[in-house]
Parts: sequence; C-alpha cells; structure tokens
Amino acid sequence: MPRRSALLNAALGVVFPLLAFVIAPTLSYGDELNIYSARQESLIKPLLDRFTILTGTKVNLVTGKGDALLTRLKSEGLNSPADVLLTVDAGRLYRAQKAGILRPISSEKLNLAIPAHLRSTENQWYGLSIRARVIIYAPERVDPSELSTYEALSDPSWQGKVCIRSSSNIYNQSLVAGMIASQGMEKTEAWLKGFVANFARAPAGGDRDQIKAVAAGQCDVAIVNSYYLGGMINSDDKGQQEAASKVNLFWPNQRDRGTHINISGAGITQSAKNLESAKGLLVFLANDESQRWYGETNNEFPVRPEVEVSKTLSAWGPFKADQLNVGKLGQYNADAIMAMDRAGWK
Amino acid sequence: MEIKSAISGFKFANQYSGRSWRLGLLIVTVIVAIPVLVIIASLSQPFSSTWQHLADTVLIDYISNSLLLMVGVGFGTLILGVSAAWLTAMCDFPGRKILSWAFLLPMAMPAYIIAYTYTGILDFAGPIQSTLRTTFDWGYGDYYFPQVRSLGGAICMLSLVLYPYVYMLVRIAFLEQSTAVLEASRNLGKKSWQTFFSVAIPMSRPAIVAGVSLALMETLADYGTVAYFGVSAFTTGIFRTWYGLGELTTAAQLCAFLLLFVFALIMAERWSRQRLRFHHNSANKKLVRMQLKGWHAYTALLTGCFIVGLGFVIPATQLVIWASSRWQENLNGAFLSLLLNSFSLAAIAAICCVIVATFLAYTKRVFNSRLELGAVGIASLGYAVPGTVIAVGVLIPVAWLDNKIDFLSRAWFDIPTGLLLSGTIGILVFAYVVRFLSVSLNTVESGLSAIKPSIDESARSLGAGPGQVLKRVHLPILRSSLLTAALLVFVDVLKELPTTLILRPFNFNTLAVRTYELASDERLVDAALPALAIIVIGLLPVLLITKSILNERASHE
Repeated sequence: MPRRSALLNAALGVVFPLLAFVIAPTLSYGDELNIYSARQESLIKPLLDRFTILTGTKVNLVTGKGDALLTRLKSEGLNSPADVLLTVDAGRLYRAQKAGILRPISSEKLNLAIPAHLRSTENQWYGLSIRARVIIYAPERVDPSELSTYEALSDPSWQGKVCIRSSSNIYNQSLVAGMIASQGMEKTEAWLKGFVANFARAPAGGDRDQIKAVAAGQCDVAIVNSYYLGGMINSDDKGQQEAASKVNLFWPNQRDRGTHINISGAGITQSAKNLESAKGLLVFLANDESQRWYGETNNEFPVRPEVEVSKTLSAWGPFKADQLNVGKLGQYNADAIMAMDRAGWK
Repeated sequence: MEIKSAISGFKFANQYSGRSWRLGLLIVTVIVAIPVLVIIASLSQPFSSTWQHLADTVLIDYISNSLLLMVGVGFGTLILGVSAAWLTAMCDFPGRKILSWAFLLPMAMPAYIIAYTYTGILDFAGPIQSTLRTTFDWGYGDYYFPQVRSLGGAICMLSLVLYPYVYMLVRIAFLEQSTAVLEASRNLGKKSWQTFFSVAIPMSRPAIVAGVSLALMETLADYGTVAYFGVSAFTTGIFRTWYGLGELTTAAQLCAFLLLFVFALIMAERWSRQRLRFHHNSANKKLVRMQLKGWHAYTALLTGCFIVGLGFVIPATQLVIWASSRWQENLNGAFLSLLLNSFSLAAIAAICCVIVATFLAYTKRVFNSRLELGAVGIASLGYAVPGTVIAVGVLIPVAWLDNKIDFLSRAWFDIPTGLLLSGTIGILVFAYVVRFLSVSLNTVESGLSAIKPSIDESARSLGAGPGQVLKRVHLPILRSSLLTAALLVFVDVLKELPTTLILRPFNFNTLAVRTYELASDERLVDAALPALAIIVIGLLPVLLITKSILNERASHE
C-alpha cells in the first residue's frame, strides 16, 4: 500500500524535527534575569527591552496568573530559575511574602522613591504603578453632586442603577478588603447588603463592559478601574470611544479616606541568583522614564507623586488616594470574599 | 460470544508475552494518573473551616449550576451532533458534501472566543440591541431580550462548539454501520425515523456516549466561558477558593470531588455496556443514502446552514471584522513564532496522545479484565480537570523529582543539576497527554469496538502475536479513527490555555496565550487576529482528515 508508507514517511519527517524542538530549550540562563510576571507581556516587555538596552542584561519572561506563578515558585523551591516576581495586585505580593518566597532587600533608592504605604513594611516588595477604582456615571442621568463615596452607593435611592463586575474579580475583592481594613467587618457587611441590592443586573463581563452598560443606559453608575476608561478614550475602536465619551469619572471618598487604590508591583525571590541585577531592575522600573511609561501605555498612575502624568490622566484632575498600606488588601482578601459570598454578590 | 472471546484473550495472553503488555499498561497508567492522584490525595488533608463557609453560602449554587450546565450541554450536543451526523452520513441532498466538513468547523473555535464574540454582538450595548433601541426609540427595560451572559447563554455557547465531538464520532459510526442491518430494518416495514431510533442510534451508542462524554468533561473543565458569563459553576468555585481565599488545598479537594463524580459516571457507563456488542457481521456493502427531495431537502440544508452559521460563520465573521481593522500592527515576526510554537506543540502532543491511547485501548481489548477497565478509566479522568489544576498536579511531583535529583547529584557528585524537567516543553507535553488522553482514548476505543473479535481470533489462530495483530490487522482498519483522535487532540492543544500559561518555559508564547492576554485586558479587537489564527490552523487538519475519511469511504464503495 504505497499511500500508507508515504503517510508514514511524512509522519517521521514531522516527528524528528519536533523531538529536537522538545529537547532544545534546555538552555542555561546564566547571567540573565528571569521574571515570573502576572503583568501581561505587552504591558511589561517594552520596559524590559529598554532595561536590556541600558544595562546589557538579557531578561527572560514567563507570564501567567499570579497564584499559578506563586504555586510554580513554591514547588520549584530554591532551585527555581526565577529572580523577580511581578504581580498586578498587592494581595498576591502579600501572599508571596507570607509564603516566604520573597527576599527582603535593602535599597535606599527604592525606599526613598516609593511611598511607605505602597510597599511592604519589611521591604520584600515594592509598588510600581497605581490603579485607582473609581465611580463612572452617566452625566445625562446623574448629577455629580449626588455622588460622594462608595458607601453612599448602598443607599436605596440607587436601587437598580449600579453596575459592577463579579466578586471573583481581584479589584472588587481588594475594594472590599480595603473597606474591612478601614471600617471594620460589621459596617462592611451592612454596606454590602445594601449595595448588592442596588445592582442593575447580575454581575458579568469586565470593567469595560460596565462602562459600556452605563453609556447604553442599562445602569447609571459603575465602579471600575480608571485605566479601562483611559483605554477606551484612547481606543482605535469607534464604539469604545463613543461609549467613553458618554460617561464621566468621579473620584470617590475625597472628603474622607480617599479613593481606593491597588498597585502593580514586584519583589525579588529567595531563589534569585542575580541579586544586583534584580535590584537594578526594580530601581529602573521606578525611575522617571518607566513611571511615565505606565501612564502613557496603560493609563496607570505613577507610584512617585512627583512624576508628571499623561494627558488623559491629568484631564481627570488630581485626587486623594487612600493611604492604607496596600499589604492590608492581601491580609483581608479572604475575609472580603466570604463577606461577598454571604451578601450574595455573584 | 463476548465471553468466549475474552477467554480466548486470556489463553492467548498466557501463551504470548501477555505479562509485559499488562505491565506496560500499568506503568503508563500510573505515570499518566500521577497528576490526577496528586489532586485526589488532597482529600487526605484536613478539611479547613472554609468548607463550612462554602457549604453555608455558595456550594449549592456551584453544584446546581454545573449540573444544569451538564444537562443542557449534554442535550445540546446530542441533538446537534446526531442530527448533523445522520443528515450527512445517511441522507443525500444538495449541499451535503460541503456540510459534511462544514459541520466540523465550530470545533476550531475556542469556547471563550465564541463567548466573547456573541457578547459583543448580542449584549445590551452591542450593535443589535442598540439598533433596536434607536429604531423603535426604546430604552432600558422597554423590551425583552435574552441575556447572553447567563447560564442559558453558556449552555448555547458550549453546545455550539462542542457538538462536533459527537458529530465526528457518530458520523464514523453511522458510516461504518452495516447497511444490511439498516436495510433489514426497512424491509421489516420500519419507517426511516423508526430505523433511526430503534437501530441506528442504539448501534452507535459507543460513539454517541464517547462524544457526549467528551463534551461533558470539557464542559465541567471549562473556566473561561462560565467566568466571563458570571455563572457560578464548580470551576469558578475552585478558582475562587484558590485565588481569592488563597486555599489551594480546599480548591484541590473541591476538584477531587469533581473527579470522583466524573469517575463514577465513566465507570457506570462502561459497566452498563460491558455486556453489549456493537460490531456487526455483514460485509460493508455500498452505502445507499436516502435521497431527500423537495422541502425535505430544503429543511435538511437549512438546518445544516443554521448550525454551522451559529457555531462558526457568525462568530468568525465578527472576528474577521475586528482583525481586519488592526492586522497590520499585529502581524509581525513575533506572530510567526507564535504560529510555529502553537503548531509544533499541538502536533507533538497529538502524536504522543495517539500512541499512548492506542496502546491502552488495545491492551484493554486483549486482556479485558477489571484491572484494565479501571486503569483506563483513571487514565482518562484528566479531561474533566480544569487545565490549571492539571498543571498544579503536574508541577508538584515534577518539581519534587527535579529537586530530589538535584539534591542527590549534589550529595554524590557535587554537581548541581538544577531543575531538569520543570520549565521545559517536555513537562508541557506531558501535561497535555494527561489532560487530553481521554479525547484520543475514547476515539480509538470506539473505533476498536466496531471491529469483530473474530478478526483478532483468526489472526491469532494463524500465529500472530498481539503486536503483529495490532500492526497488521487493527491499525490499518483503525486508520480513520487514529487520524480523528490525533486531530481532536491537535485542535484541543491548539486552543489550550491555562496549562500552557503556567508550565511553559521562559519567552515561550502560543496563540492561545496571546489571545487570552489581549482578551483579558478587554482588547477584543487586538485579540481577534491570534484567535483567527487558532481557528485557521485548527481547520487545516480538520479539512485534511475529513478528506481522508471521505476517501476511505469512497474506496469501500
């Protein structure tokens, strides 16, 4: 049967090159810097490339979900190739710290540059960019004078008018964790009860979807991370631009503790082989150029207040941010989820 | 007959190198089962207070939603898959040839992608509802429109992309069914629909069950769709417990219960058909398709177009529209390496899976005892496990082994080995085999079940060993089943995301990873190009193999 032997040859022709492909990547990562990043590639690689150009140190990257990377680090132990762990929320850094994966570093430069509430109290991790969770409203239907705090959105007058995504989302968990840290569990539970009763629809989709829902009239207000609105304003997609133009941003809690913020940040692992390079990378990520880049590329705020912000961000005006140490968000994360479960926030 | 063949199997097993086959089976099963066993072993850990919290609040929701999802997707894939198979295998109408491969197209569409696109189209803020509102001057609440992002929506999305599993396997079963049996039924005065329900369907039961159980396992493991739709299913619960509450052990325990449930289902099904035979004794005569005329033909054609339209054409068109606005920026050298990585990974994993599956299925056929039955059952559990959990099950033992090797090597030779396996493509391929073995196994097994044991017996009586029978008799007959198995794994790996994400080496991206990163950042327009590439690459083998299956049939005729 000539047809079958041709098939066999073709199969072998595929198998051998592929085997080489399986075995090949066992490369050594000698003086290079290895990063496990929960920050997705397009939002960190350009900065790493710039670092390589400036210092000559090659940087290798694996991206993934924070907890999955954390589990990988834990099970690989001291033999792990990773030098630096990058995450997109403080909770994961706190968890990594608790698991004993991160190594305390002493860097005068970093401690001076980054405000104390945006880094771990034991110098095991540092915030590198700020993400603010804000209220979005439809100016056609809502007068900004009606808005004040997150807490006020539990008032029955907002019934059927609030959009927010699922409680499985880390930024909602952090929002509630922050509230537990500053207001206590009892007040937070009471707030949750009223707040969940005001939902216009069962939580679904991402933050951009909530903004679109406000623009389309399904709800009057939504709680979202500000950089999603920034992304929509600067989007190439007409629909997104149009939706963004129909809503306004409101900075909540300006008269009390300030708007809830989270960070993206990094720590150096216990297994790090290139300690000096790793420290150098953290300092680089906190310098003026990198700090501006976060704003220009992803509409995040710099951790250093003196760094100038991009046009989109400055249009929203200055705001007062919550001064709570962001590590607390990790500490209360589990409590926050259980409270949200009890309140029936899907 | 069945018992006799089993007995002759045993005799033959003793006569020839039976012991090494069974030992091989045990070794392979144990290795493949390790990650699943790691998860099940979590049940030996103490149950934390989190369980009380879950039981008090959300557990009922998780369970009931997942069960509803299973029932819905089960029916959905059954109806879509079997009708598509019946139409293209047994009937003839204009457009049948095109439909027979077009029905496979939705398989290349990852469930989370179809969910994104339909949400984009049908959501409140999407084009359809917006047009309705501006045309009729409606506002929010003035009209009824079904919610895409709901349990019902998730059932529709999953059914639309998972029915090809049923279609593909059942179609082969219909084609390989003896036309004589069907003709006998017709000659006995049964109408065509009676023949369908009382002969064709029961005879295709292994294929139907194999297809539907694949769809159901994939449904149970699905995270992307249910999470995006805000449905609190069991998988969302597992991840919420792990990521949110930081309780990996409790999450693993949840997953272990899911696995035990699936295992019970698989065993119950296998046990129920253990005594049945599905092969037939008549030779394959030329297949005479029912000629559909008039409105029958139109209905058949329309039904086909409807299924393919919803499952493929509409979402793919939306993706093309999105991708066309941004393709210049996204199509570059890095994109080519994504293509290469995805393709190679999928090809390697497909080959590995088919080899392992053929070995297991065949050994089970020859030594049809409880040991083999159980071993093969355990080996196929991986498919019902969410990819991230499989990854953890792979990661922990492999990293442990790596660290042990490093420790010993340091102690004995003073040479640090570092991590030999962790973070290589090898570990990734192993994880794929664990996760997708079931896909290839089901296909190969359903193919084998159509071969009469008397064929084995004649070959053996002529003095052939088990390896020779496999090579010279079964493999040639199984050719289309093996190709189908390889294709299914190939497409699955191509779409696979969570396992790849956590286990991959440094600087190694795939199309699915890129799509996910962009989509999770809610940049659907940019995500469209890699998503389309997944679909296009997934289509190549689909077309190739459909062609080969069609040729196969033609050569029979």
